[in-house]
Amino acid sequence: MNKNEKYALADMVMNHALKNGAEQVSVSINNSRSSNIEIRDQKIDKLTESIRNSLTIRLFVDKKYSAHSTNRMKEKELFRFVDEALAATRFLAEDEFRSLPDPELYYKGGSADLNVMDPKLDSVEAKTKIDLATQVMNEAFQKDDRIISVSSYYSDNISDRVFVTSNGFKGDSNGSNISLSAEVSVNGGTGRPSAYWYENAIFFDKLNSTDVGKKALERALQKIGPKKIKSGKYPVVIENRTITSILSPLYSALLGSSIYNKQSFLIGKENKPVASQKLTIIDDPFIPSGFGSQLFDNEGLAAIKRPIIEEGILRNFYIDNYYGRKLKMKPTSGDTSNTIFKTGEKDLAGMIQEIKKGILITGFNGGNCNGSTGDFSYGIEGYFIENGKIIHPVNEMNISGNMNQFWLNLVETGNDVLENESIKTPSMMFDNIDFSGI
Amino acid sequence: MNLKRREFIKVGGITVAGSIILPTMLNSCKGSPVSDSAGSYLDHFEVTPEQLQKVISTALEKGADYADLFFEHTLNNTSALEDGKVNSAYSNISFGVGIRVLNGDQTGYAYSENVTLEAMLKAAKTAANIANSSSVAKPVNIAEYTAPSYYPIVNSWESTSVKNKIPFLQRMNDKVFAGDKRVTKVNAFLVDSTSYVLFYNSEGKLAWDFRPMATLFATCVMEENGRIENAYVTRSFRTGFEFLSNELMDELSDDVVKKTSLLFSATKPKAGEMEVVMGAGESGILLHEAMGHAFEADFNRKKTSIFSDKMGKKIAESFVTIVDDGTIPGNRGTLNFDDEGNPTEKTILVKDGTLNSYLHDRISANYYKVRPTGNGRRQDFRNIPIPRMRCTYMENGPHKKEEIIASVKNGIYVNSFSNGEVNIGAGDFTFFVKFGYLIENGKLTQPIKDINIIGNGPQALADIVMVADDKELSNVGSTCGKDGQGAPVTFGMPTVKVKKLTVGGMNA
Repeated sequence: MNKNEKYALADMVMNHALKNGAEQVSVSINNSRSSNIEIRDQKIDKLTESIRNSLTIRLFVDKKYSAHSTNRMKEKELFRFVDEALAATRFLAEDEFRSLPDPELYYKGGSADLNVMDPKLDSVEAKTKIDLATQVMNEAFQKDDRIISVSSYYSDNISDRVFVTSNGFKGDSNGSNISLSAEVSVNGGTGRPSAYWYENAIFFDKLNSTDVGKKALERALQKIGPKKIKSGKYPVVIENRTITSILSPLYSALLGSSIYNKQSFLIGKENKPVASQKLTIIDDPFIPSGFGSQLFDNEGLAAIKRPIIEEGILRNFYIDNYYGRKLKMKPTSGDTSNTIFKTGEKDLAGMIQEIKKGILITGFNGGNCNGSTGDFSYGIEGYFIENGKIIHPVNEMNISGNMNQFWLNLVETGNDVLENESIKTPSMMFDNIDFSGI
Repeated sequence: MNLKRREFIKVGGITVAGSIILPTMLNSCKGSPVSDSAGSYLDHFEVTPEQLQKVISTALEKGADYADLFFEHTLNNTSALEDGKVNSAYSNISFGVGIRVLNGDQTGYAYSENVTLEAMLKAAKTAANIANSSSVAKPVNIAEYTAPSYYPIVNSWESTSVKNKIPFLQRMNDKVFAGDKRVTKVNAFLVDSTSYVLFYNSEGKLAWDFRPMATLFATCVMEENGRIENAYVTRSFRTGFEFLSNELMDELSDDVVKKTSLLFSATKPKAGEMEVVMGAGESGILLHEAMGHAFEADFNRKKTSIFSDKMGKKIAESFVTIVDDGTIPGNRGTLNFDDEGNPTEKTILVKDGTLNSYLHDRISANYYKVRPTGNGRRQDFRNIPIPRMRCTYMENGPHKKEEIIASVKNGIYVNSFSNGEVNIGAGDFTFFVKFGYLIENGKLTQPIKDINIIGNGPQALADIVMVADDKELSNVGSTCGKDGQGAPVTFGMPTVKVKKLTVGGMNA
């Protein structure tokens, strides 16, 4: 189906629902194509190709709400699908807060293309992709006696979406992404540590393919011989690639649904300090070729650039249409786009140098955060730092605390921002954090 | 992208994308009910035996040695309660066929959401590319496989209207609110799903299965003097509408009220290494994370598991026996046959302290020259099968629960978890404790909550120094994640004592 045909199908399904009693309707049609290659020890391990289609309809009937999706796209089936969905929706309880967004808030068109789709990706030959993954694998294969296994992966994905609503929104979006990665396992005496490295891109020509295998190998070898250190309060540096794990409870606490359902430790904290002055987070949907760039969100709401946290002060939540109505707050968007951080002066090595006795975290292992209270506890892996130098890898340790206090303990953000991500994190340094070890 | 060789488990099972609230079948799939016969399933997917054979021979045309087809039609429903009413519902229909081609241990895979012959042949040609010679596969006769029936149902979800589900969720809501005046929020979800599966392979095996599943999940929030606490309950089985009963709603309601109210007195323990007593049932998460994943044969075939060179060796005390069972009636982890058409079984992983078997799929069983153990599972037709756990549990041991608790001077007792994770190669595993108690001088004392526990698999297994005789299976709705694929699993355990684990907490 081309774009016009998808709009025609979406309109047809929407009109069928309206004709049969729905007050409001939205329909989206999503398509994606992807290919995945895995190479292990110089041999192709897996080749996977997939094409995926789906149609999702949201129904607002007699003040009642439901949403349904299917990958069966034939006209006759879709009509029956909608009829049954309508019938079932009528059994639900009313919910006065359910309705499509105020059309005033919709994206109205006219903005410049954000350039998040590689038009040439479709014509890249399978052999070129396999060669790229092979090159990555060869950077590590047999490069050290301790290597047990080297795997490399290439994957790409092209997706597009057409979205229409019965109160006037009509829009489409598309995007591409490519990922190249390596994973290396080594024999470390007692354990068999493994490590990975990856690079992402939106455009095939911009994919950084150098040193992916080499970095995975280096990182695996560095993990050999881990030791636990004594439980205690230590300063900690968390690497840019890892910090999203501990940022995710903060993002969850900013969601309208979390606030409404009392699963947020940030309730009532608007315009109050929730972190140290070093933390500034801005949600910016308009970065050209940004990994999270969008002109409108999942519900059609026009994207806006806005501060989330400014020098430690909470400025904005992520409020979608439904919870906006329930909370009597203006919907902003329920989705993050690109989030950018105010950076500091030093890189990762510079921050490590500042630490007399502490820990560098390079990975998390399990753990969780209680959304209501902010109490968290995570397993970690990383390195013990003494007098500004990495001494040895650490394992079997936990980091614990409360999110409210944790972000106040942020002392520095790095200048080493991860560019090829939607959450563009720098490494960060915190003071006085509880670790459990020996 | 998630490349971490990290396998994790999440309790709750509301990760499903959506579900269906509709009582009837899709039009295209012949409105008639599907009966338990090959013909009925072939009709359901609108394919003929000749077409299956043609697709298989196309899949093998480049010289691969094996191919299989996995047809799946899944209907999912979620009914959701918020603000005291069942006021939203979500559904999803997923339909298609996955075509897998094996050339030695190499895999070619493609799927089609359309089951016309033309679409299937196109996908078969794509998957065939894993091999690069040419050959003509000898046609084989179709042999129907009659699978056991581990999850018969009384009333199917397809014939159950959302109207009949609502009163149960409503009852739970009302019970929870009535249970404690501090309750301020209740959210409850019922997720039901029905899958039709048809399997055919290049050896001529034709198998079919009807796979029901139901999961209940409810959260409760209480507030007292400005403090907010929340807890949840969950229950899941391969069953039909008979799953829902007033008794179950009342039991879960009482349980969640009790769990939430206990949290107001709970604190975080002191950080560090200590003895950990793991209560019967849910603590089986220890087995899943500390050893279960590391026993999956794909990791061992690649030698990346910390247990790769331990087969036949003593790895635990002689009273430790651990099994993985895919045949427990109605269990969330049970399958009549696995997603490669192999029978499921009760596989003994650790027998009297000695490593006895890995968990195999077809590829790893061929590599190790053993029988497949029926652990080849996939999330859906869009994914390749890989070795996965089913219901993993420990058999009873010689000790008593009271005796175990009494033996601890300074430690913790835990029996409520939300999630876990393991790093297969390094062996470090974790699980997150929602609730437990300190043990001081042989007695349970101060309640504790929200802490992570970390250990190392082989060491923790060797450190299981006491095992009680009170084995329980946990029926929480757990979903295990591996290589980006989710799979329903369960676990169980008697009360055990682990000599030393590292407990998250505070430092003075």
